[in-house]
Amino acid sequence: MNDTMSRYRTMIGHRLFWPAAVLFVMLAANTIYRPGFLSIELKDGHLYGTPIDILRLSAPLILVALGMTLVISTGGIDLSVGSLCAISGAIACMYISKQPDQNSLGVVMTALAMALGVSLVLGAWNGVLVAVIGIQPIIATLILMVAGRGLAQLITEGQIITINSEPYRAIGLGHALTLPLAIFIALAAALLVAAFTRRTALGMIIESVGGNAMASRLAGIRSGRVIFLVYVISAACAAVAGFMMTANVSSADGNAAGLWVELDAILAVVIGGTSLAGGRFFLSGTIIGALIIQTLTTTVYAMDISPQTSLLFKAVVVIAVCLIQAPAFRARFSRRRRNVPPPATIADKPKEQVPA
Amino acid sequence: MGKMRTQSAPWRAAAVLASVLLVGGVAACGNSDTGGGGTKDDGKITMGFSQVGAESGWRTANTTSIKEAAAEAGIELKFDDAQQKQENQIKAIRNYIQQKVDVIAFSPVVESGWDTVLKEAKDADIPVILTDRSVDSADKSLYKTFLGSDFVKEGKLAGEWLVEQKKTASGPVNIVELQGNTGAAPANDRKKGFGEAIAANPNLKIIASQPGDFTRAGGKQVMEQFLKANPKIDVLFAHNDDMGLGALEAITAAGKVPGKDITIITVDAVKDGMQALADGKFNFIAECSPLLGPQLMDLAKKVHAGEEVPPRIETEETTFTTEQAKEALPNRKY
Repeated sequence: MNDTMSRYRTMIGHRLFWPAAVLFVMLAANTIYRPGFLSIELKDGHLYGTPIDILRLSAPLILVALGMTLVISTGGIDLSVGSLCAISGAIACMYISKQPDQNSLGVVMTALAMALGVSLVLGAWNGVLVAVIGIQPIIATLILMVAGRGLAQLITEGQIITINSEPYRAIGLGHALTLPLAIFIALAAALLVAAFTRRTALGMIIESVGGNAMASRLAGIRSGRVIFLVYVISAACAAVAGFMMTANVSSADGNAAGLWVELDAILAVVIGGTSLAGGRFFLSGTIIGALIIQTLTTTVYAMDISPQTSLLFKAVVVIAVCLIQAPAFRARFSRRRRNVPPPATIADKPKEQVPA
Repeated sequence: MGKMRTQSAPWRAAAVLASVLLVGGVAACGNSDTGGGGTKDDGKITMGFSQVGAESGWRTANTTSIKEAAAEAGIELKFDDAQQKQENQIKAIRNYIQQKVDVIAFSPVVESGWDTVLKEAKDADIPVILTDRSVDSADKSLYKTFLGSDFVKEGKLAGEWLVEQKKTASGPVNIVELQGNTGAAPANDRKKGFGEAIAANPNLKIIASQPGDFTRAGGKQVMEQFLKANPKIDVLFAHNDDMGLGALEAITAAGKVPGKDITIITVDAVKDGMQALADGKFNFIAECSPLLGPQLMDLAKKVHAGEEVPPRIETEETTFTTEQAKEALPNRKY
């Protein structure tokens, strides 16, 4: 009895439990509303169904949020990712549209390399502003957030660039092993970031810089370099996400591509349990956070919630998720339910955790 | 700024300054010759124009038309791109008032919240012309005229065509609708006009309607869910071409043939949309012409000369079927 109780405690105490539970509840609610929601069928050799859509559409958000997780864990923030998506997509599509053979793999590779290169430079620009010059991250990246969208429109000359390139389209819509390629790209990026941060000391170094940059520097960590690096990684993630977004519709829209994705990404990171104050990060939580956000959007369409109420609906869900996530709120809530008077001192707190 | 300079190396301040300049330089790329002031003396009309942004091919064509027409009419144009933000637009209009331009024209980003700045223009005795989109001010004397498309009529034309096509239909016809941005005038009005027109046949029913935000990605994402939630969709009505183009991909992925299994009606008639119509993927487009530059310049001259103009002027527009699109496509400007 005590054993199962403590196992139950560990489970709900796990930081991924609540986000995962929210995701589960949303999927369950959808399934009740429309039993076919989770059904997947094979069409043209690909898996086809709403769950696949959610995975595919959340791929760009997962990518952006991964980069954002690292930035936020250093105590920073990157508002420029949405504009970077637009820029990378615009450069790639613009280059491809100018070539005689849009279907050539070489052309697409060149386009991707060019766009990625420019994004890395812009990421380095963010990094220099924050790490070297010491501007507040929110201001430093705001510059590129505003200017970047103008830049993307400058590249596309204000037009929507439509391309007809099969290899490029594959980034957003291609399939491998019956699943959308975008899922694998996001997964690969996640594994790569996880390997570099959790299998090497890099993750701990990032967290220590986020915890206290000065102390880390005194301990021998080059904080500036670490901070610079995370902004470059964030830009790279955003660039690939930009490829996916534009490939998804085979067109680059400097104005709409990646619009507000920075806010969704920050939300995904927060839902995933990463502290905005920096100092710790959870990649798996971020991925679940991104899935929650996409599921929420898809739910609105699938249930045909009227546009006037859908924003409120989203807000309510997001508030609920954030509250459930917050340990302080949960503690207060469960205390009230058990009708135990609040503890007077911090020393009382551990006792609270013991099941009555 | 001063505090920053005393605290740190001067190059830090320089970097901040450089970044700010970059924002100014790139973001406000349409912000031509500021300062200067009014040029009332030389007899040349100066017009301050504030554009919504550059969100679509339609908007770009609109901008080009206005710039070309101004050059042709010998009107000095001060152009500002508001990047979808009302505060930018209000700022631009205040600038024009300070510069004492002869005429102010703008396409409002949103419908509401214009009374104060329009009153300022009126007090400064500068006539205002609205283009493309209207404002909801109760005081109609705040602007001289509104030049633009009749969005309700566009929706109505689309709906009437559908009623004509489906008049022999015996069973119910399921329609899904991709709306523009929630609250935007074209979205509200096109929805209204379409709804009124299809009310003529009780068989025609809108079974789902969601905003696709006038973008391809939005249209696609919404259509994917429509297709999964509703096994039988006969007609798609999209509030602009781009959402329709995005939906095409979703329809193909669902194993259906756009234009055949699902009848597609859109509004706008931009080049990509016309191409889809000529290819038989779309079935009908109600035009929303962006080429209102020449009409706008004529009006500017009239209001500057103090002539009376009607409070509402419609741009000249038409509709297209597949055959008409094939014919018109080679001569399309946008």
